Amino acid sequence: MMNSPIARPHTLAITVDNEPGALARIVGMFSARGYNIESLSVADISERHDVSRITVVTSGDDHTVEQIKAQLERLIPVHRVSDLTAEGGHVEREFALVKVRGTGEDRLEAMRLADIYRARVVDATMESFVFEITGSTDKVDQFVDLMRQIGLVEIGKSGVVAISRGAEAS
Amino acid sequence: MAINPLLPRLQTKQTDDVMPSGAENLVKALLEEGVDTVFGYPGGAVLPIYDALFDHPKIRHVLVRHEQAAVHAAEGYARSTGRPGVALVTSGPGATNTVTGITDALMDSIPVVVITGQVPTHLIGTDAFQECDTVGITRHCSKHNYLVKEPAALASTVKSAFRIATTGRPGPVVIDIPKDVQVEDVPYEQGGRMHGGYNPQVKGDLSAIETAVDMLAAAERPILYVGGGTINSGPGAAQLVAEVQRMCDAPVTATLMGLGAFPASHDAWLGMLGMHGTYEANMAMNQCDVMLCIGARYDDRVTGRVDAFSPASKKIHIDIDRSSINKNIRVDLGIVGDVGHVLEDLTRIWRSRGLKRPSHEEWWNRIKGWRAKGSLDFDQPDSGEILPQHAIRRLYEMTRAKSPIITTEVGQHQMWAAQHFGFDKPNKWLTSGGLGTMGYGLPAAIGAQLGNPNALVIDIAGEASIQMNIQELATAVQFNLPVKVFVLNNEYMGMVRQWQDLTYSGRRAHSYSDALPDFVKLAEAYGWKGIRVEDVGALDGAIEDMMETQGPVFVDCHVAKVENCFPMIPSGAAHTEMILHANEVIGAVEKDAEALV
Repeated sequence: MMNSPIARPHTLAITVDNEPGALARIVGMFSARGYNIESLSVADISERHDVSRITVVTSGDDHTVEQIKAQLERLIPVHRVSDLTAEGGHVEREFALVKVRGTGEDRLEAMRLADIYRARVVDATMESFVFEITGSTDKVDQFVDLMRQIGLVEIGKSGVVAISRGAEAS
Repeated sequence: MAINPLLPRLQTKQTDDVMPSGAENLVKALLEEGVDTVFGYPGGAVLPIYDALFDHPKIRHVLVRHEQAAVHAAEGYARSTGRPGVALVTSGPGATNTVTGITDALMDSIPVVVITGQVPTHLIGTDAFQECDTVGITRHCSKHNYLVKEPAALASTVKSAFRIATTGRPGPVVIDIPKDVQVEDVPYEQGGRMHGGYNPQVKGDLSAIETAVDMLAAAERPILYVGGGTINSGPGAAQLVAEVQRMCDAPVTATLMGLGAFPASHDAWLGMLGMHGTYEANMAMNQCDVMLCIGARYDDRVTGRVDAFSPASKKIHIDIDRSSINKNIRVDLGIVGDVGHVLEDLTRIWRSRGLKRPSHEEWWNRIKGWRAKGSLDFDQPDSGEILPQHAIRRLYEMTRAKSPIITTEVGQHQMWAAQHFGFDKPNKWLTSGGLGTMGYGLPAAIGAQLGNPNALVIDIAGEASIQMNIQELATAVQFNLPVKVFVLNNEYMGMVRQWQDLTYSGRRAHSYSDALPDFVKLAEAYGWKGIRVEDVGALDGAIEDMMETQGPVFVDCHVAKVENCFPMIPSGAAHTEMILHANEVIGAVEKDAEALV
């Protein structure tokens, strides 16, 4: 593991008991100790619905992130915390639904850009589209920026979800 | 089967034999955990539990006079016996009043289980009478908490709560129980184990312990820095600290929470370290080459200025809580594990290597030089006003044969007690270290006395702190507890005044204890014996009188009013920048230093 004194984003995968208050405990730890949450996503992942996986993007130098990890691990419902950034190769994706309004040339431009970014149309009217787009945070943000110039109305975004590369669990 | 709470008791009794109520299941679960004492205060949302506890042959309910005191009493019971303490309170204000106690137990790693009543489940979220979001409020000040919504889950929740409170780094656990859950009849079932992810590491990593042995064996100026984790690990851990000391000929210092983990009467004892620690302890920490931190957490009161903290030493840190390692101070070797287990492996490895006991004569000579400063010395005149340090010294010397349990409040008296009262055994010193809670000492003494009926239990207090839970004088009387309160009365919130003198040019904003009650009369009104002492010539007699009195005694000891607590490392200063003398006190500080606590 690299030991970097420079603050950078770290993606943490946290598995927790799927019980009331578990998310509040985790989010509360971040705020109480002055750490930052840049992105958060949560979903039930187990067959028996008893374990959830929380993906948090935080930022800090390696020492800070190590402390965040230790603080998370001492919460009772937490099973495991993986620092995917420190542990090496991993895949990160974000999902967004982007509503754009426009007619004429704007409408055509939106379609062209959507094609380039591999965004799919999931709803259309004569004056609007809703696109769905999946990709890295950068890609999604860039697409949203372009749509802003055309006539962005509203965005719904998932926050980052991530998983390690290879055959093993992180 | 739900029971209408409005029906007379006679009707509900008939169903008791068939299937127990939630409240009865709770009591049974407490019995299975070995609970013999519950500190509590009744109210609407816990009536079913109180009914189940009423006249119980095995569980004694101790009625406190304020819910905060219930938790402090449970802490005192826990810290002095090594067994978890239990508090029981009602919903709403009952629960919110426990928050200070719960936070106190979290900061000092004290195993307590706090049971709170809650409005019935169908009223939760409606702003019902005496409703509050207890699990929300206590989520971040407890080690863990539960809202029990299913009556069938009650027993297994209790089991899980006690396990969490007492294992790993101990701490407070809250169980919030809605009234309908207490009333409903369900079979008693403990159910499966909860929290698959909770598995505290007790044994330390052996290769790390081998490295620790290497480092200690090579040390020329070693020091043992012992904390409350050693006390929590049990009496065996304190014995192992003494063995490690013998093995590597190291001086020993301890944090406020660690006092008693190493005998104060031992030659190798340096006294407490940190902000009000001894000169020799802080200098030895600063100059050592290998520091073995045993269940302490490099608190800011201990380290002073972090970048100047023991700059040349290699640091080994044993802690059961991984997040304590490298949190405030970067260490060279972290060992996650229980102090007792790790020290057992450490001493075994040391012996198996046939290492000889080193002799650090030069190191001891330097320590001797620091000791010669006499940083705790004071000059008590033969007559007239009593110096607070002298009062503590006399209290120590006159009671030490009885090996008393000492509790404290928070402030100057607490620091003087830590400096001048010697502890040779663990579990005899109960103080609010992390949170610094005024009002802790009297209820903690009550809890300690209940757990140790034959012990001499003394709350060393200040006249300001004692008023924060003074109502507990009644609890001691009701339960025939011969608790002693020894107040160092200087008519100031002394530590506040000391800081104002030190950093605010002596502007004593609101730190004078005005309109003080006549403590002797107050004590007598509660049924205590009250003793006032104002002249040093009468001090010994007063202490003797206190010890010879069977019941509870309140000693109002008037001491020098503006005596300050030294030595002192000013906030944000290095260990080497210690103030030793009173004439350095009046002053002001730079703006940025004003913000330090």
